Amino acid sequence: MQLLNLLFNRHHDTFQHGIHPPEHKEDTRDMAIRQFSFAPVVVLPLVQHIGAPSQAVVREGQEVSRGQLLATAGGYVSVPVHAPVSGTIRKIANVPSASGKMVPGIFLEAFPFSGQEVMEGTPVDLDTASPEEILKGVQDAGIVGLGGAAFPTHVKLKVPDDKHCEVLLLNGVECEPFLTTDHRVMLEQAEDIYMGVRYLLKATGAKRAIIGIEANKQNAADHLNAHLPKDLPLEVKVVPVKYPQGSEKMLITSTLGLEVPSGGLPIDVGVVVVNVATTAEIGRLLPHGQGIQERVVTITGPGVKKKGNYLIPIGTPLRYVLEEVGVEDNISEVYLGGPMMGMAVSNLDISITKGTSGILVFTDKEVKKQQKVYPCIKCGACVEACPMFLNPSQLGILAKNEAYQEMADHHNLMDCFECGSCSYECPSHIPLVQQFRIAKSMVRKRKSKAHAN
Amino acid sequence: MLTKTLDISTSPHIQRGMSTEVIMRNVVYAIMPMVLFSIYAFGTAAFWVIFTALVSCLLTEYVLCKLSGKESSLSDWSAVITGLLLGLTLPPIFPLWMTFCGGVIAIALGKFVFGGLGMNVFNPALVGRAVLQAAFPVAITTWQEAFRPDRFTTIPTSLKAMPFMSPVFDGVSGATPLSAFKFDHITAPAAELAFGQVSGSAGETCAILIILGGLYLYARRMINWRIPVSILGTVFLFSGALYLLDATNYPSPVFMLLSGGLMLGAFFMATDMVGSPLNPKAIWVYGAFIGIMVVVVRIWGGLPEGVMYAILLANALAPQLDRIFKNRVYGTVKRKS
Repeated sequence: MQLLNLLFNRHHDTFQHGIHPPEHKEDTRDMAIRQFSFAPVVVLPLVQHIGAPSQAVVREGQEVSRGQLLATAGGYVSVPVHAPVSGTIRKIANVPSASGKMVPGIFLEAFPFSGQEVMEGTPVDLDTASPEEILKGVQDAGIVGLGGAAFPTHVKLKVPDDKHCEVLLLNGVECEPFLTTDHRVMLEQAEDIYMGVRYLLKATGAKRAIIGIEANKQNAADHLNAHLPKDLPLEVKVVPVKYPQGSEKMLITSTLGLEVPSGGLPIDVGVVVVNVATTAEIGRLLPHGQGIQERVVTITGPGVKKKGNYLIPIGTPLRYVLEEVGVEDNISEVYLGGPMMGMAVSNLDISITKGTSGILVFTDKEVKKQQKVYPCIKCGACVEACPMFLNPSQLGILAKNEAYQEMADHHNLMDCFECGSCSYECPSHIPLVQQFRIAKSMVRKRKSKAHAN
Repeated sequence: MLTKTLDISTSPHIQRGMSTEVIMRNVVYAIMPMVLFSIYAFGTAAFWVIFTALVSCLLTEYVLCKLSGKESSLSDWSAVITGLLLGLTLPPIFPLWMTFCGGVIAIALGKFVFGGLGMNVFNPALVGRAVLQAAFPVAITTWQEAFRPDRFTTIPTSLKAMPFMSPVFDGVSGATPLSAFKFDHITAPAAELAFGQVSGSAGETCAILIILGGLYLYARRMINWRIPVSILGTVFLFSGALYLLDATNYPSPVFMLLSGGLMLGAFFMATDMVGSPLNPKAIWVYGAFIGIMVVVVRIWGGLPEGVMYAILLANALAPQLDRIFKNRVYGTVKRKS
C-alpha cells in the first residue's frame, strides 16, 4: 500500500498536484519586524476591502488622533477605516488604487513630533461577549483578511444558521515565494495569536483549532507549540512545502483530508479558515477596542536595498516606502503580494492597504520580456500541476477560441482559483491562468446580464 | 524622488524556466546515443539513412513554412526529432530516395496538414514509416546483419538505388529476431537483444541505450513515465501469461520486451507528447492498448512486428481516451460531462 501510494503520488498529509517554485525566503525570514517611519502624508483609500466602500465621517481640516474612526462601514460587507497616525485631514478626494481605478480616499497629514499614542475604544470582553458581539467587534476594528484577499473577516466568521463550524483552521502556510510576513508574526506575536484564537473559537462555536504551517517554517511551529497555553485546544500541524498549500481549499485537504465541494465554501465541510496575521490582529485589538492602524509587510526582491519585514502604517504611499528602503536603478516591476498571485502596480502613488502582505521588486534581470509562445504540445505539465484537477491545456485551447461558456459548463472553469501553477509550468509559455481570468470574468458578466434581463 | 516608469504584467511573475525548445532538444540528446550505436553496428549505411531522413524532414519543414507564409518552426527542434526517429525505424540499408520520401511524408502529411507542431494527431515519424511500409513492403523488410566486417568500407548498392527503380539487395541475409521467431520459430538470447548484437531497424536494436535515454528524459521530467511503464508492463503480463500456458509455442516475455521496435516505441514514439493523452487514467489505458496490440500483431498477426500500427491506432484514440477518462475535479463527486 505504501508503495502504491508512492507510485500514484498519494500523500495523505497534503493535497495532490501543485508546484515547487524556488522559495527565496532566506533574505528576510530571520529579520525581526521593524517599525516603519511615518510618511508626512498618509493616503487612506476607502475601498481597501472587498465589498461596499467605507463612508467618511470626518471633514477636511479636522484634527484626528491615532486610532480614531475616520470612516464607518458602508454596509454589512464592509469595514470602517481608522487613523493610522495623529494629524490633520487635508483632503477628501479620489485616490488611485492598485487595480488602476480611482476610489474615494482621505489625505491625512501627520503631526510632526507627535507622541502617536493610540486611542482606546470600548473593549470586547472575551468572557462576557456573545458571538455576535465578537463579530461586531471584529468589524468595528476594521479587520479584513490580511493574507491578501482583504475580505471582511466578520462576514467570513459568520456561520450560517443551517451550518455548523467544527474546526477553526488558522492559515500560517504563506506558500507564496519571497514572503515572510506570517512567518515573523508567528514567531513574534504568539500571545496575540492565542488570544485571537480564543475570540475566534467563541465567535464560530468551533470546539478546536488547527494551525497549518509549511515545513519551511518549522521554527514558527516549534515556537507556537512551546508557548501554547494548556487550556487552548489548538493543534499545530506542519504541512509539506508546496504551492498553493496556502489556498483555503488545499489547506483543508492537507490538514483534515476533506474536500470543499465545487462551488462551496469551507463552512460546507464545517471549517472556517482565518489567516494567522488576521488572528493576531484580532487578539491584539479587541481587548482594547482599537481599530487596525498598521500591518506587517515583507519588502523584498532583487530590486530592494534594505529588505525586511516592516510594520507599516496603513495608507503609507508606496513611493514613500520604496524611497525609504531604497531601490536599484534598474527596477522594472513592483508587485503587491507574492510573485505567483501578486498584482503588478502601475502607479507608485497608491497606498499600502490592509491587504498588502508584501512588496516585491523585480529588476529588468528577473522580468522576462517577449517570451516566445509555442503551440501547446500537450505535455501535461499543467494537468499535473493543477491543484483542482482541471485540464488547463484543454481550457487554454477553448479560451483561445473564446468558448467561455463551454469552459464553464463542461470543464469546471469556475473551480479555477487562479493560483497560476499552470502558467508557471507551461514550457510553451502559454498565458493560461491569464486567459482563465478573462474567461471567468466574461462568464460572470454574462450571468449577471442574464439575471438583469 | 523615485520617477522610474514601471512595467506591468499579470501574475504569475515567475516561471519554471522550461521551454518547448529545451524539451525537444533534450529528446534529441537522448536519441543521439542510439544514432551513434546504429552507425557503429550497421556502418556508413546507417549514417546515410539517418542523415537523409533528417535532411528531408528539415527541408520539408522549411519549405512548407515558407510556402504557407509562416514563421519558420525549425528552431523548435521537433522536425529534428521526427527526422532522427524516422531514420532509426528504417532498415539500415533502406534506399535513400525512399528514405527521403518518408521524411517528406512524415512532415507534410504527419504534421503540417494538421496545423503544425502540437496539432498533429499521429506521431509524424510513424506516419512517414507507415506510408513507406505500404509503398515499399520488400525494401522495408530487407535487413542486414549487425557488425559486418565491411560495414565501414562498402556502401550497400540498395542504398544508392535510383528513384522509382527497384533496389538491388546484394547478398543480404540477417533476419530480425522477430521475423526469425515468426517464420522459423527461433528466439534470440536476451543478452544479444539488450546489447544490440542483432539485426533490425537502424535504431531499435540496442535496448539498453534506449532505456538509458528514456531514463534521462524521465529524470528531466520530459516524458510521462506512465507510458513506457504501462506499455512494457502490459506486454510483459500478456505475453507472460501466454508463455505460462504454452512455453513451446509462445515466446518468453523477456524476448517480447527486448526484441523489435518495442523499446524504441515505448520510450520515444508512444511518449510523443502531442499524440498521447493528458490525463493519467487515459494514459494507462493508452499504454495498455498499445501493449495488447503489439502482442496480438506479433503472435497472431501476419506481420512480425506491430509496434508502429499499435502506436498509430493509439494516437487516434488518444483524444477520445482523454474525454472518457477525465480527472475527477477537486470537490466534485462525479465528473460533469
